[in-house]
Amino acid sequence: MASSDVVRQMDKNARPLALSGHVGFDSLPDQLVNKSTSQGFCFNILCIGETGIGKSTLMDTLFNTNFENFESSHFEPKVKLRAQTYDLQESNVRLKLTVVNTVGFGDQMNKQESYQHIVDYIDTQFESYLQEELKIKRSLHNYHDSRIHACLYFIAPSGHSLKSLDLVTMKKLDSKVNIIPVIAKADTISKSELHKFKIKIMSELVSNGVQIYQFPIDDESVAKINTAMNGHLPFAVVGSTEEVNIGTKMVKARQYPWGVVQVENESHCDFVKLREMLICVNMEDLREQTHSRHYELYRRCKLEEMGFRDTDPESKPVSLQQTYEEKRQEFLGELQRREEEMRQTFVQRVKEKESELKDAERELQGKFEQLKRMHAEEKSKLEEKRRSLEEDMSVFSKRRAASELLQAQTFNTSSNNKKDKDRKNSGFM
Amino acid sequence: MEEEMEVMEERVVEIEHPLPCLSESDTQGIIKGRDLFGYVGIEAVLDQMRRKTMKAGFEFNIMVVGQSGLGKSTLVNTLFKSKVSRKSCTPNYEEKISKTVHLQSVSHIIEEKGVKMKLTVIDTPGFGDQINNENCWEPIVKYVNEQYEKYLKEELNVNRKRRIPDTRVHCCVYFLPATGHWLRPIDVEFMRRLGKIVSIVPVIAKADTLTLEERLEFKQRIRQDLQANGIRVYPQKEYDEDAEDRILNDKIRENIPFAVVGTDKEHQVNGNKVLGRKTKWGIIEVENVAHCEFALLRDLLIRSHLQDLKDVTHDIHYETYRVKRLNESNANGLALSPLTLENGTLEKSDAESHL
Repeated sequence: MASSDVVRQMDKNARPLALSGHVGFDSLPDQLVNKSTSQGFCFNILCIGETGIGKSTLMDTLFNTNFENFESSHFEPKVKLRAQTYDLQESNVRLKLTVVNTVGFGDQMNKQESYQHIVDYIDTQFESYLQEELKIKRSLHNYHDSRIHACLYFIAPSGHSLKSLDLVTMKKLDSKVNIIPVIAKADTISKSELHKFKIKIMSELVSNGVQIYQFPIDDESVAKINTAMNGHLPFAVVGSTEEVNIGTKMVKARQYPWGVVQVENESHCDFVKLREMLICVNMEDLREQTHSRHYELYRRCKLEEMGFRDTDPESKPVSLQQTYEEKRQEFLGELQRREEEMRQTFVQRVKEKESELKDAERELQGKFEQLKRMHAEEKSKLEEKRRSLEEDMSVFSKRRAASELLQAQTFNTSSNNKKDKDRKNSGFM
Repeated sequence: MEEEMEVMEERVVEIEHPLPCLSESDTQGIIKGRDLFGYVGIEAVLDQMRRKTMKAGFEFNIMVVGQSGLGKSTLVNTLFKSKVSRKSCTPNYEEKISKTVHLQSVSHIIEEKGVKMKLTVIDTPGFGDQINNENCWEPIVKYVNEQYEKYLKEELNVNRKRRIPDTRVHCCVYFLPATGHWLRPIDVEFMRRLGKIVSIVPVIAKADTLTLEERLEFKQRIRQDLQANGIRVYPQKEYDEDAEDRILNDKIRENIPFAVVGTDKEHQVNGNKVLGRKTKWGIIEVENVAHCEFALLRDLLIRSHLQDLKDVTHDIHYETYRVKRLNESNANGLALSPLTLENGTLEKSDAESHL
């Protein structure tokens, strides 16, 4: 696997050399391990299974502690995921364990969308890691890795075969996460039924092309035990946090009227095998697989989706930065274009408004002119009238003057006459 | 029961939208220091990790810089107890002062107790040897940055290798001639520039020409000089992670620079075979702490801080380079003025080598 690659890589331009004394770099693995111990480890498990199948109990039993878990109701409208993180410590090793439970899986009437939430959740974790990795200022060594390292899929102990929901879900998840199927509540199946059930399950998985996690067999120190365990998949487990007195010891067990099922008894169930495999032997491998296989696959797909590629149409190697630059130019160009468009529309609208206003102005102007004209007309009319009035007045006054004159004259003459008369009269006298 | 379910509904509803980082959902779920009621087996993960790293092997790249004749190759051979330096690899080697500084790297695979290491020694013949030594650090700075660039390119690939080949310089051992006075201008210039991009470990070469008092005084003067010029050498104070680290590293810092003597010849002293230099006035035992500080240097470089050197290179120097590089390409894209870089004259050659 990786080792031969690396050794080959190493050999490419380097020659092996013998040491003539003790140098001391054999402490390197210890140095590395010390560093990791001080930083702590991270492990994330996803438990998928129907409500009430025993996920939380199994987690409690596996990690020998009491995670506070609530019983979920069966009436969830959609599948939800509940994640909880715990800080565990054993001797000097600190483990940040995150357990993600599915709530309401398999409870809905229509289960078509059940797996989608789970797939989305897993993708979201990958996405956030990818984002952190692509950041300019990043702190990967401090980053709380939330990617799912192992997925325990709980199969209901029907004794017959896998449900179609199981197959569909596992098929969707096998390229995204390490799937470890377990048969839950294994104390309801007898040994012979269990054997048949296991064979049936494995053959169904194979025939449907579901790739479950295989324990690695390339490392000599663990190859033997892993190969043996690979043959026992899927593990039939029983979980219990209650202790029962057996002989002189208190062991974790489930007490029935007809007997006691001991959790840690290998002939009763495969719990010990699961714990061995999951934690003691392969935890590091699970983490590595998640990072180097599943995450890389996600990253590759995501980047290709976004349009990045390693070689452009002429098969010249294109760096991510170049593509990024091109995209950025494209994007900026797009932005500029849109800006231009908006500007155009804006200018257009302004023009329209302007012309509208101009029209209105012109109208008003017209009205104003009209009114003015009317006003002028009226005024001229009035002027005329006044003039005619004045004429009349002057005529009248002339007439009056004339008549007065006439009157005065007549008066004079009359008075003259009278005077004459008087004189005459008087003359006569 | 009703209440419980309601409360649970609340909680569950909160997390309905799968959150990218668990911090928001964590705040209700983090239960610190859970007690384990019995054996779980978590500590087995240490063994798993150890096995995996031993299988994968390690890589270490060390650069030696200094004028010719200071004993660089001998020291590297002594450090790794084998003929790893360039001189030993090329037969019929003639010692010629080269006209320019050019870097040569030689790789070997050495194994000890099942631990495989690919050791690359990068030599810099010609450094400081010319009459006009201005800018003699440039090829070195360029080389260091080229390695970072290579790693960055591979990391940014869409299809990238499982294990990115690491050719970055993890440690640069700088050889100071044992003048007994102060740092010379070339030393100051070089260490100032390189100290920002790589971990420098200064050593006093051919320290058998200094008496113990002279040595102490010289070291003090050098430390003062380093501080006065703002030069940061490994282990850098800023990267101490916790009090333990600080105490450990302070002890080391008190002894920097290490006064070393290198040799590959063995002599008999008191019935034991020791590595040493034989002179008319005595045998200088290389691994004797009373004679010289070679053992301290070896312990620092190999036995205790090798992984730390690699980590500092990866987490700090490489990240700094990456930030600078990515910001630079952003700046170019927007046609803004390029950011002022502190690393000497590197911008142009960088940009050219990239595209």
